[in-house]
Amino acid sequence: MENGYLIKTENLVKTYPMGYGSLVALNRVNLAFQKGEFAGLVGPSGSGKTTLLNIIGSLDVPTEGSTMVLGEKIESLSHKKAAHLRNQHIGFIFQTFNLLPVYTVFENVEFPLLLLGMPAEERKNTVMKALEWVHLADRAKSKPAQLSGGESQRVAIARAIVKEPEIMLADEPTANLDAENSHNILQIMERLNKELSTTFIFATHDEKVMHYLRRKITLVDGAVAKDEILKPQQGGGEN
Amino acid sequence: MIRFLLKGLIRDRTRSLFPTLVVLVGVALTVFLFNWINGVKNNFIQVNAKFNTGHMKIMSRAYAAEADQIPNDLALEGIEGLLLNLKEDFPDVIWTPRIRFGGLLDIPDEQGETRTQGPVVGLAVDLFSASSPERNLLNLENAVVRGRLPEEPGEILISDEFAHQLNIQPGEIATLISSTMYGSMATANFTVVGTIRFGVAAMDRGAMLAEVSDIQFALDMPDTAGEIVGLFSDFLYSNEKSEEITSTFNTRYMKTDDEFSPVMTTLRNQGGLAEYFDMVSSVSNAAIIIFIMAMSIVLWNAGLMGNLRRYGEIGARLALGEDKGHIYRSMIAESLMIGCIGSVLGTALGLAISYYLQVRGINISFLARDASMMVSNVWRAQVTPASYIIGFIPGLLATFLGTSISGIGIYRRQTSTLMKELET
Repeated sequence: MENGYLIKTENLVKTYPMGYGSLVALNRVNLAFQKGEFAGLVGPSGSGKTTLLNIIGSLDVPTEGSTMVLGEKIESLSHKKAAHLRNQHIGFIFQTFNLLPVYTVFENVEFPLLLLGMPAEERKNTVMKALEWVHLADRAKSKPAQLSGGESQRVAIARAIVKEPEIMLADEPTANLDAENSHNILQIMERLNKELSTTFIFATHDEKVMHYLRRKITLVDGAVAKDEILKPQQGGGEN
Repeated sequence: MIRFLLKGLIRDRTRSLFPTLVVLVGVALTVFLFNWINGVKNNFIQVNAKFNTGHMKIMSRAYAAEADQIPNDLALEGIEGLLLNLKEDFPDVIWTPRIRFGGLLDIPDEQGETRTQGPVVGLAVDLFSASSPERNLLNLENAVVRGRLPEEPGEILISDEFAHQLNIQPGEIATLISSTMYGSMATANFTVVGTIRFGVAAMDRGAMLAEVSDIQFALDMPDTAGEIVGLFSDFLYSNEKSEEITSTFNTRYMKTDDEFSPVMTTLRNQGGLAEYFDMVSSVSNAAIIIFIMAMSIVLWNAGLMGNLRRYGEIGARLALGEDKGHIYRSMIAESLMIGCIGSVLGTALGLAISYYLQVRGINISFLARDASMMVSNVWRAQVTPASYIIGFIPGLLATFLGTSISGIGIYRRQTSTLMKELET
């Protein structure tokens, strides 16, 4: 890791071809995140929040500049190595949960551990521990169709944290939830951040999420307009 | 991971049941079609071999050149010596002399005047020798409809249909009017001791079955026969083996400067059967290839629909860190499982239908009434060791091809758009 940062972007530029010209999604973004941060990327639609999450999550590569994640240069990773990085170290939480419908809650959470090749007994204990974190141990045998939206998102969180990744990337995690469920989810994430020191980065424009953030990065037209520390960071790290 | 994939397959019926059914039906049809074509072809070979061509046939060169006309004036002489040599040279083959002849069968009334008569196609075989294979070969015991088999010289059998046409009962006298091998008129009285039905339309129309020595005497053909047929003792035709025997025989016995010297031909090389067998093989192969292609297209389509339906699942798996190659391989593994299960079930179903039609058969006598080819009235499927594996090739190949093509979409998918895709 570079100078103790978990994630560091330097002069990050991302453009997409559009007609005869190109759309600048990210424009010279310089950011760094330390272990245990609870940060949010905020801004209007099209400001580059999801693009930045994609690049940090090794789903996309920058057009210019560089991104270091856990010591790996994202732009020089092969597809296989990028998948390996996501599998080992990064958890994703989606707006629409994206649970596998034919599998039970237990099996959905178990899936990332299967990819890691964890032994069966250890896998079972780890899955149940993750489900206890999100208070869903009693729903282990349920199918996603039998869950409410809040429960589904909690399963998605359990699936993301079951491998105890260093980084959690959440793209509008509360967009499909009501206020009560949103708070429940955010409290769970906050607790995980504190207990496991997992770095959380959100892309959001939900005011409820912003209330929990300890760092707020405002993106406008692909550039960092404001980078504010709202509360002391976990472990005392500050940008 | 395999257990995980299996659970998904079993629970998601559109991913397992539909493709399995497609494979099952395709494989069952392939197995049945293969067995049916095989059965009809082998039945055709057997009927021809037993009643007409043998697995090999020896004629004089001159007789062979005009065999369709049954030219007994060009028949093979010195057959007793030749038979002894054949039995010594090729002991694994059953050799038996036969005479085909045509003529008129005249049925006299009590005054000896013609009561009724009809054209007859005759076959003279060795009925009385202890070592003769003909009774078994022609399945005579079971072919008798009325009366009994000949036991004494001068006794004949005629086809039951012919007997009905002539209104003749077992025990009555019939006069054969024909010509000797030297071209003069020949008449001989026989006692009809029974009627027969072979289940082969060409034989059952107007056939007469007689002892070969009786016909040799009647047609003035001492130590002579139109043909000597040879059949492998297991009654299974092998073109390679018969070609080998034929080549050895012809090298030893055939003389190019003597048109009455014996010549041997294989079953395949008689009466245009080679073209027929090649055509049947081509049709059989084409049918199987068409099935593979049709099933591949259906399964490819099913794979595409499945991938569309599983778009979110595959996206989530990619985002969770599963390698594209791993997802592709897991889909191939799923398809191979479906291919295996569908192929096993399809083979079982195809075999069950084939076994039923092997035992029961389909009676096509209404179609074969005027047939001149040696075909059995009952067509049957035939299950062979190859029937157990023939379905696996299209079953596995089609699922593999279908999934391989439809799964390529995974590699085309941009991970950079996953977040957006998964939000919709």
